[in-house]
Amino acid sequence: MALASHRKKGYSRQNAYLWFIAPAVLAIFAVIVFPWVYTLWMSLHDWQIGGKSEFVGIENFVKLATDARFLSTIPRTLYFTLLSVLLPVVLGVFAAEVFHQKFPLRGLVRGIYIAPMMATPVAIALVFTMMFHPQLGVLNYFLTLVGIPKSLWVYSADTVIPTLALVEVWQWTPLVMLIVLGALASLPTEPYESALIDGANQWQMFRYITFPLILPFLMIAVIIRTIDALKSFDIIYVISQGGPGTASETINIFLYLQAFSFLRIGHASAVVVVFFVIILALAIILLVARERLRWNR
Amino acid sequence: MSEKLTRRDFLKRAALLGAGVTGTAILNACAPTPEPTKAPAPTAVPAQPTKAPEPTKAPAPTTAPAPTKAPAPTTAPTAPAVVKTPGDAFSWQRFKGEKIEALLIKNTQGDIMAQNIKEFQDLTGITVGVDQPAEQQQRQKLAVEFASGATSFDVVYYSFHVQKRLFGKNKWVMDVRDYLKDPTMTAPEFDWNDFSEAGKAWATEPDGRIDALPNKIDYCNLYCNKELFDAKGVALPKTYDEMVAAAQKLHDPSKNVFGFVGRGLKNANTMLWAWMLLGWDIDVIDSKLNLNTTGPEAVECSKMYQNLMKNYAPPGVGGFNWNEAQSAFALGQAAMWMDGVGFAAPLEDAKSSKVKGKVAYVVQPKGPKAQWAGMTGDGMGISSFSKKQGAAWYFSMWAASKSILAKSFAAGSGSQARNSVYTNAEALKSLTVPTAWVDTVVASGKIGRAALPIIVPVTEFRDIFGVALNNMIGGADAATELKKATDEFKPILEKSEKA
Repeated sequence: MALASHRKKGYSRQNAYLWFIAPAVLAIFAVIVFPWVYTLWMSLHDWQIGGKSEFVGIENFVKLATDARFLSTIPRTLYFTLLSVLLPVVLGVFAAEVFHQKFPLRGLVRGIYIAPMMATPVAIALVFTMMFHPQLGVLNYFLTLVGIPKSLWVYSADTVIPTLALVEVWQWTPLVMLIVLGALASLPTEPYESALIDGANQWQMFRYITFPLILPFLMIAVIIRTIDALKSFDIIYVISQGGPGTASETINIFLYLQAFSFLRIGHASAVVVVFFVIILALAIILLVARERLRWNR
Repeated sequence: MSEKLTRRDFLKRAALLGAGVTGTAILNACAPTPEPTKAPAPTAVPAQPTKAPEPTKAPAPTTAPAPTKAPAPTTAPTAPAVVKTPGDAFSWQRFKGEKIEALLIKNTQGDIMAQNIKEFQDLTGITVGVDQPAEQQQRQKLAVEFASGATSFDVVYYSFHVQKRLFGKNKWVMDVRDYLKDPTMTAPEFDWNDFSEAGKAWATEPDGRIDALPNKIDYCNLYCNKELFDAKGVALPKTYDEMVAAAQKLHDPSKNVFGFVGRGLKNANTMLWAWMLLGWDIDVIDSKLNLNTTGPEAVECSKMYQNLMKNYAPPGVGGFNWNEAQSAFALGQAAMWMDGVGFAAPLEDAKSSKVKGKVAYVVQPKGPKAQWAGMTGDGMGISSFSKKQGAAWYFSMWAASKSILAKSFAAGSGSQARNSVYTNAEALKSLTVPTAWVDTVVASGKIGRAALPIIVPVTEFRDIFGVALNNMIGGADAATELKKATDEFKPILEKSEKA
């Protein structure tokens, strides 16, 4: 009887504790759950600012599935993302290897190297816009100095995506470098000593020791970069506004046009939902891959 | 007796609370646009009337001709709220002590207003909070705030060529006709007849409402590099055919000189194309909402646009907005540049231009069927949701006053909505551009015509046809692209008018 009463008392106290998490639950509801539910709700409506809102079920999603312009943004976004992840990862690992070595003024050079990360994307975009100008840009001037024909950079449909990715690479390679540098600093020295004794060269040590050991860390960089590149907006919008034509119109630019230029909020909400699913799917794939590659469980 | 809270109870209450919050927010967001609030009576009668009552002779502004055949509004206009104080004279101090918010744009026109705001505050005793976002961001803010039914601003600077139909249809800005007719509300020196016919037409709705005071009217013109023309003995073009021929003769990529430059970037390019189309004497969308975008005139115009941009423009012109085109012309790399008249000041500034003193300002050349100068326009409107419409009206009057527009004109902001600006000796004296430019502006004003359609989805129109035009620069067939764009845009237009 006493035990039952004690248990009841403990259970009651536990219930009272639930109220302490109420503020956190409310905050999460307000800033995460509610916007999502509301966006989902709006995606089921045909609502243009200045007009009436009408419930249309999944019509917005059906339209998206048959909208050639929207569908073309998906592979374009993935292409941009691939370039904006792959190149910084390769260059970042290389840079980390360099900065892991000891040399004079290493701290200063490291500081300079990570400076692009701290710059405002819009400011960077404006500077690059001037540099990419086919007639006035300094990049074409450099190309002509070394005898390479001028490029149209962001002014041509063929080169606009790689050029935009170039800006991302310039800005975010230092982030990958920092992550890999941290990983390199945490690696054990014994495998390298053994490898040296066994006569392994630098490439073999990197390929068979360093790379497998830093892979889980690299996966974190890949996940961060993938999500960042997928939702990249500022640089693309300022430099090319999705042009020429629709050549650099990524999902985000398309979404922005629907929501803030055409004021089609219902349609734009449907794009948000689809985009969220794409990001979620990619994030899950990368997280699973990371789990499988972990050696330090 | 204490009540225990079970986990089930907690979840139930949390769900109810959540549903309540969500429901309220959704209902608020989906609520129809509320009726505009009426302007309150002035908080204080004028302390010291400056003059005896003197009725102004404001003409009935409904006679201003509409330049375009905008569709009739779907709902009847509501009477504007007017502060009546019979027997009182006009006094700038009438709304002394009030505070209003003005939403302007970051441009020369907005800068002049912001720089002179103290003059208005001293004159009226009204405190003004000024916000000047970039144009695109300001337009988004306007749409969202107006749709919500509560605006953070009382008076707003907006573009007729983009927002006139949206605002007019929803009655988001108030009709100022009664203010204009009321001598106690309109300053004696404010002269409605001084505004150009084009400006008055822009501000007037098809049903006669006047939703704004015109402020700036821009016209398309052709900038020509006289030095390049003279070097090859080519005459300045007066027709489209002469323009194309001149582009061909002056085009010399080996010397980094291109015959023509203009807007090629999607959306921006539609403006240039619509200006050109006026030469065939048609509107892109007529009064019955028929799209004149697949007929022989549109195809012919598109082929001319394609020819100029593909064959005689600098490489990469498909990504050029006005700023890239301006750079090319200012550096002497383009013989001709077709755009708004408002770029004369930077072109005549030796710090940023190599063509200072070498520019000929040519009225938009005559097309195969007519000569028109494509026109855009901006004005100052009063939010229908403002509770300080009287004070906001005073700000509108001041912002469109002879003095402020003359200052904008002198600062190189481009062509203004008042005719008197062009004969203002002080403004002309301080003008940094040649008088030939003024002549072009005045001549353009006589043949000004709106080029972009006055419809709600004008941005979608520009975007969809912008992609088509951009594809043409890349070599796509003009007729096919126009048909594709028309098919895509037609249902959007029909839906917008039904809404």
